[in-house]
Amino acid sequence: MEYLRAFLCGGLICAFSQVLIDRTRLTPARILTSYVVLGVLLTALGIYQPVVKWGGCGATTPLFGFGYAMAEGVKKAVSEQGLLGALSGGLSAAAAGVSAAVFFSLIAAFLFKPKSRE
Amino acid sequence: MSNDEYKKLYEGLSPGSPGYKNIPFAFLTGGGLCALAQLIKNLWLGTGLEETAASAMTSVSMIGLGVLLTALGLFGKIARVAGAGTLVPITGFANSISSAALEFKSEGFITGTCVKMFTIAGPVLVFGISASVLYGLILYFLL
Repeated sequence: MEYLRAFLCGGLICAFSQVLIDRTRLTPARILTSYVVLGVLLTALGIYQPVVKWGGCGATTPLFGFGYAMAEGVKKAVSEQGLLGALSGGLSAAAAGVSAAVFFSLIAAFLFKPKSRE
Repeated sequence: MSNDEYKKLYEGLSPGSPGYKNIPFAFLTGGGLCALAQLIKNLWLGTGLEETAASAMTSVSMIGLGVLLTALGLFGKIARVAGAGTLVPITGFANSISSAALEFKSEGFITGTCVKMFTIAGPVLVFGISASVLYGLILYFLL
């Protein structure tokens, strides 16, 4: 049941995004950027938490989840460290993901040749 | 070349025609990736990690998968069919970094790989970080 909810939630978000790409000519870069910001905004307004509760990884895996993690991180950090937390909380929450993406990509660039334009 | 032949050629070459056939593929791939992420998260939870740590390790795992598929040249093939289904999950973020890192090797390690890595990830981070700082400041000063 948990897996079905994740599947449905993630699937719906991606299907909706496909419509956005097809209909509005928003470039992928703009979509990714606005999704992270929207994730922060929706979490700040308390709208995204119920979605995460229902959809689990179906809500946290799309890029909204990146914004969600940053907003939750900054909220926790502000309550613990005050003003310092406002600056450190978001990036700390995203740190593992960003570091992994950069480091893995660097290794990939060493080991692999580009296959085709992607 | 007849009009029909030209139309066929044109439709074959024009990217991502705004039909409806991409939508079910995006739904299935995106949903599938999220269900896979749920499975990975449950495995991490099973190793004794608490909720936040398991979520972070799940992101790291999915990013690893995205980079691996990109390095093997499979990501582009899947994305051509799945569209937003692979772009919107965090695998798309991983692909935006790794595909640029690989593609721009030819322009040098520093000026190619290291700089171009952030062509798409850069704006994502700039806006994401700024939004979170703004939210933090609002929490601190206003709430």
